[in-house]
Amino acid sequence: MNMVVCIKQVPDTAEVRINPETNTLIRDGVPSIINPYDVHAIEAALQIREKAGGKVTALTMGPPQAEVALREALSMGVDDAALLTDRAFAGSDTWATAYTLSKAIQLLGADIILCGKQAIDGDTAQVGPEIAEFLDIPHISYIRKIDEAGGGRIVVQRLMDDGFDVIESSLPVLLTVVRELNVPRLPSLKGKMAAKKAMIRKLTAADIGAEESSLGLRGSPTQVKNIFAPESRKDRKMLEGTIEEKVEALVRELVGLKCL
Amino acid sequence: MDYFLTEEQLMIRDLARQIAEEKIVPVRAELDETGEFPWDVMKTIAQSDLFGLFIPEEYGGLGKGCLELCVAVEELSRACLGVSTSYAANALGTYPLLLFGTEDQKKRFLPDIAAGKRLVAFGLTEANAGSDAGGTQTTARLEGNEYVINGTKQWITNGGVAEIYTIIAITDRSKGPRGASAFVVEKGTPGFSFGKKENKMGIRASATTELIFDNCRVPRENLIGKDGAGFLVAMKTLDSSRTGVGAQGVGVAQGAFEEAVKFARKRVQFGHPVITFQAIQHMLADMATSIEAARALVYAVARFIDSGAKDVSKESAISKLYATDVAMKVTTDAVQVMGGSGYMKEYPVEKMMRDAKILQIYEGTNQIQRNVIGQALIKEFARSK
Repeated sequence: MNMVVCIKQVPDTAEVRINPETNTLIRDGVPSIINPYDVHAIEAALQIREKAGGKVTALTMGPPQAEVALREALSMGVDDAALLTDRAFAGSDTWATAYTLSKAIQLLGADIILCGKQAIDGDTAQVGPEIAEFLDIPHISYIRKIDEAGGGRIVVQRLMDDGFDVIESSLPVLLTVVRELNVPRLPSLKGKMAAKKAMIRKLTAADIGAEESSLGLRGSPTQVKNIFAPESRKDRKMLEGTIEEKVEALVRELVGLKCL
Repeated sequence: MDYFLTEEQLMIRDLARQIAEEKIVPVRAELDETGEFPWDVMKTIAQSDLFGLFIPEEYGGLGKGCLELCVAVEELSRACLGVSTSYAANALGTYPLLLFGTEDQKKRFLPDIAAGKRLVAFGLTEANAGSDAGGTQTTARLEGNEYVINGTKQWITNGGVAEIYTIIAITDRSKGPRGASAFVVEKGTPGFSFGKKENKMGIRASATTELIFDNCRVPRENLIGKDGAGFLVAMKTLDSSRTGVGAQGVGVAQGAFEEAVKFARKRVQFGHPVITFQAIQHMLADMATSIEAARALVYAVARFIDSGAKDVSKESAISKLYATDVAMKVTTDAVQVMGGSGYMKEYPVEKMMRDAKILQIYEGTNQIQRNVIGQALIKEFARSK
């Protein structure tokens, strides 16, 4: 069983602020982490490997320093890591990113592709399903449990608002996972030591045989026009009490403001 | 302060810190309340390879030394001494095998210990033999190819939860201190059982029980070292482990200190955070100074031990004595800085203060450490004259 886990290095958003002058993220001194949902995807792959055997490769696209995220994945126990890094990839939106990742996955070969449900910086939740579309394979998102994996099929539980669906799929398949799926293991010391020395495979646009017009800014149908922090409005009032008291207070307020 | 730890040592520190912050801090208050053994945390530590830190690579460990063990123990202790005691006692129980075990014994036990599959405990103390190991009453009588062990060990850390026990028993009372021997006894051996679990003031997450030997038969191969070398095994074991107790002191002091600073920055009295008051600043300054001195001493002694020094009794006693006295003082002062809040269970410092007390007592009281240091001084100066 060949598995590829797509991970993303993201700033630890608990500590991210936006520069109000330039409307850009202040990344200085903000530690980078593996997108937390992706860590659950790594754990899921490792658990499948423990039961069904096989090989797990962590894949990311980013600047050379994204290697740190891959080494972290290696220290948790993935077998191999590949970094898509090329100037041609710069400025990719989710579409171009998914295209690029899908080309790499074709090269690596995979029966199961795992992604976090979304990244905590962009929050789009698009890249996983888009990869599946590019690869023309089924995808199941928001996986909360993997019941079976092996023998050319997989049975999973998909989290829904009002419960969960049990879905069986043939392989290859792409899964995106939620936190409920598992408790990720911490790295081991031997894993960390091996990860430090491990060779990380670098993949360029040429390596994956990508069409240049589909990459980076050129291949991105969407572009970010502006990022800004919404101004926090201070003139807010919290109403306290029972539901009845709060409703009464709210009506009084609205009448007072001549809204009613 | 930068202690110029190697990249690998920093890796060990960071991993132990991650375990402490993610897996121990969230459960420490509950463990303290219930006194339950932290099996989940032990499992995490096992998966992280930290149980094998000081065990040679040929037996499945990482082949590191005393400094690496101290760095790991310090980080775990910063979160919870109960957990770090369970971890460190594992090393204590392993040293007799590591230092004096036969190749066969090492092959039999060390790989499982390194993997964290089986915990270890060291059994020396008895009702009438604490500081005075000469008062040991547990006996081991050779009968054919077996030793028959009788007696009761008391206050044994990891008692009941460990599967491997290294214990001291008298094989020939007529020989006095040369009549004691060390043995390895496995849980489940007929005639070996556990007494009640002690209800302790602190380190409540750690398990402390009696070990009861009632005609417990172990094969002759379970003798550690030579017949009659029991006290040597015990003393060398304690020489090796004492600095780790010092590291526990540094860790718990650091943990309490950080809580005190955090609190002092937030707590407002007379219109100002209390950290702006000189009375508080001076207390925090003294705490920071003594912690740094203790850490420098513990690391220096650990490096001395790792250099292969032959006799480390005095130095290891010095590091244990100083760092654990610092731990008691700093945790007490942390409670004081935090005032009424510090005394409440809502904050972790009262637990840290209760926990810290044991460090001045176990693995040789600090009075015994002073004896060890004093006797070493007498020898040293007699030689140099």
